[in-house]
Amino acid sequence: MRHLISTADLTKEQALGLLDNAQELGAVSQREVKRLPALRGKTIVNLFVENSTRTRISFEIAATRLSADVINFSAATSSLSKGESLKDTAQTLEALGADAIVIRHPASGAAHNLAHRGWISASIVNAGDGSHEHPTQALLDAMTIRQRLAPGSDLKGIKVLIVGDIKHSRVARSNIHLLQTLGAKVEVAGPRTLMPIGIEKLGVKTSLSFEESLSNQPDVVMMLRVQRERMTENRLGSEPEYAANWSLADQRLASLKKDCLILHPGPMNRGLEISSEAADDPRAAILEQVANGVSVRMAVLYQVLAGGDA
Amino acid sequence: MIVLKNASNARAEIVDIKIDGGVIVEIGKLSEPGIDCTGLLVLPGFVDVHTHLREPGFEASETVLTGSRSAAAGGYTAVLSMANTAPVSDSAELVEEVYELGLAAGYVDVQPIGAVTKGLLGKELSAITEMASSKANVRVFSDDGVCVFDEKLMEQALVAVKKFGGVIAQHAQDPTLTPGAQMNEGALATELGLTGWPAEAEEKIIERDALLAQKTGSRLHICHLTTAGAVDVVRWAKKQGIDLTAEVTPHHLLLTEDLVRSYDPVYKVNPPLRKSEDTKALQEALIDGTIDVVGTDHAPHSAEKKECEWDSAAFGMVGLENAASVVQQVLIESGKSNWERFQSVLSEKPAQIAGLSDHGQIAVGAVANLTLIDPAAARTISSSTHSKSQNNPFAGMKLPGEVVMTIYRGRFTVEDRKLVAK
Repeated sequence: MRHLISTADLTKEQALGLLDNAQELGAVSQREVKRLPALRGKTIVNLFVENSTRTRISFEIAATRLSADVINFSAATSSLSKGESLKDTAQTLEALGADAIVIRHPASGAAHNLAHRGWISASIVNAGDGSHEHPTQALLDAMTIRQRLAPGSDLKGIKVLIVGDIKHSRVARSNIHLLQTLGAKVEVAGPRTLMPIGIEKLGVKTSLSFEESLSNQPDVVMMLRVQRERMTENRLGSEPEYAANWSLADQRLASLKKDCLILHPGPMNRGLEISSEAADDPRAAILEQVANGVSVRMAVLYQVLAGGDA
Repeated sequence: MIVLKNASNARAEIVDIKIDGGVIVEIGKLSEPGIDCTGLLVLPGFVDVHTHLREPGFEASETVLTGSRSAAAGGYTAVLSMANTAPVSDSAELVEEVYELGLAAGYVDVQPIGAVTKGLLGKELSAITEMASSKANVRVFSDDGVCVFDEKLMEQALVAVKKFGGVIAQHAQDPTLTPGAQMNEGALATELGLTGWPAEAEEKIIERDALLAQKTGSRLHICHLTTAGAVDVVRWAKKQGIDLTAEVTPHHLLLTEDLVRSYDPVYKVNPPLRKSEDTKALQEALIDGTIDVVGTDHAPHSAEKKECEWDSAAFGMVGLENAASVVQQVLIESGKSNWERFQSVLSEKPAQIAGLSDHGQIAVGAVANLTLIDPAAARTISSSTHSKSQNNPFAGMKLPGEVVMTIYRGRFTVEDRKLVAK
């Protein structure tokens, strides 16, 4: 595996391999000296054309734990803000010695472009491109589900409900591909205006009612973040109205089964898509997701740069 | 003087043609020697009702000269140049400038299209009558690149061109349904995370404008149809006796949205590539006459406009040098149509729509605008052409047919399959 652009590119074996490696590499984080020499001498550039402190830090920690050199390059302070093209920026980074580029970009397909247009030969890891994909988020979600509900196995038969702004969510798309590859049954629920045309062609069930979806007793409920700036743009109505229909709170929280897993990619809008009660419920695994994020990113960086099994 | 011997015309008759002083002086069986054209098809020179020559304003992408050379290489003897230059061709002075550039280039007749609205802004009509009576003799008006969305303005424009037998060529796209649109709306756009361009945005404008054309009794031309639904609307309008013509591009005839999976902006075009059921409907409509002409929508862009991420890339594809091959593929290689239809969609009908009486016919006394193609040739399309730009989605594809000669006003612009230096 030279690049990680989309979870749709992963076979079940590859995905399970990454998750197994992530599990092992995650153990490093529990040690006193949290570092392996696996990627010593390798240079990884975090090219973040769109802001994201959490994902960048997670990749940075993952690379550091594998002893790689990490350089952070963000749009606000770079030549990209002076009108330099993505191609020129990427070629410059490679000329400076980048072995892998972790890219976050507002345009769907930007990571694919770096990997496949022949501009550069460095390994590319997609850290989120437009509303296309965010594959390491899906891997960390799968890892969290696996740890809690299916240790050591695939996700066969596990019912996952993804709730919220499906239309603009790269997290939803990456999860739809990956979780289904791993055998899970995925349903997406959200308001009509945020349900993208043709999403069912990706193999998922769709629902326009949170209550109805919950009545199927999902094993996992994944709440997506509401991007507040999109509320007016898409005429979603008011935040209280959204919360009334789509927040994981009160009755809905109470209706979840005893071992139902609650996930959220963060950062959370407490009181909007998720209540504090739900976020802090023992069934929620939100901080485990964050910790697993470092593990899967270690596994991915190791895989694309060293190609081994760790 | 040029004498062509043993060429086959669109009706499969073997003819000799003698050209002198820029006109066809004799057709039939001639005794004098000439160029052996055995195996070649002789057709009236192609006419493109939809070309972007980019000059003035975007000379890094194309100039009237380079675009004219590309047109001649593709078998064209006339092109209509769209008005979305900088400045926009919206006055007599500006259309005359483009017209003069065409004469100076001397490879094809460059017939400027005038803007329907000032600056293509959709707010007020441009100087339509002045452009019509200018030296450029403008007959086709279009805001192509954007839609004339204001209905009242569209109606006024149709009324304005009626006086001199002009036509409004509409870029049918409801802008309120397509903000930020990047590709065909549907499951693939959803999967790729790109903003969709719904078919209704095209279809409802065609329907609306057909009704306005019916009301005003004016001529309407619809640029680049892309959907099966749009074909249905045009078919319905023609059945009502509404005076409208429809155009399809080579790329919408053959290419589908699946190519967008590559995120390579060479496939980014407006309106977007659609699905195979749409290309199939467009092909059928071209065969049965619902669609009247093939217009290239030749839209050159310099490399940096395409060497970037999809969202930032410019819309458009070049098309002059492989249009005839695509049409041959669709009409002839499919076994579904014939060379007379081919001649109609690439030459006769476009010349008629544009009011270019020097084009679109092979007859004694007619201006000698002719194209000879070798239908048996097969070629792999190259991205490097006579156009200044290389954004060619057909590059690398194998297509039938090759232009062997283009004769423009009695002179070779292509001879021996090569563009003639001037």
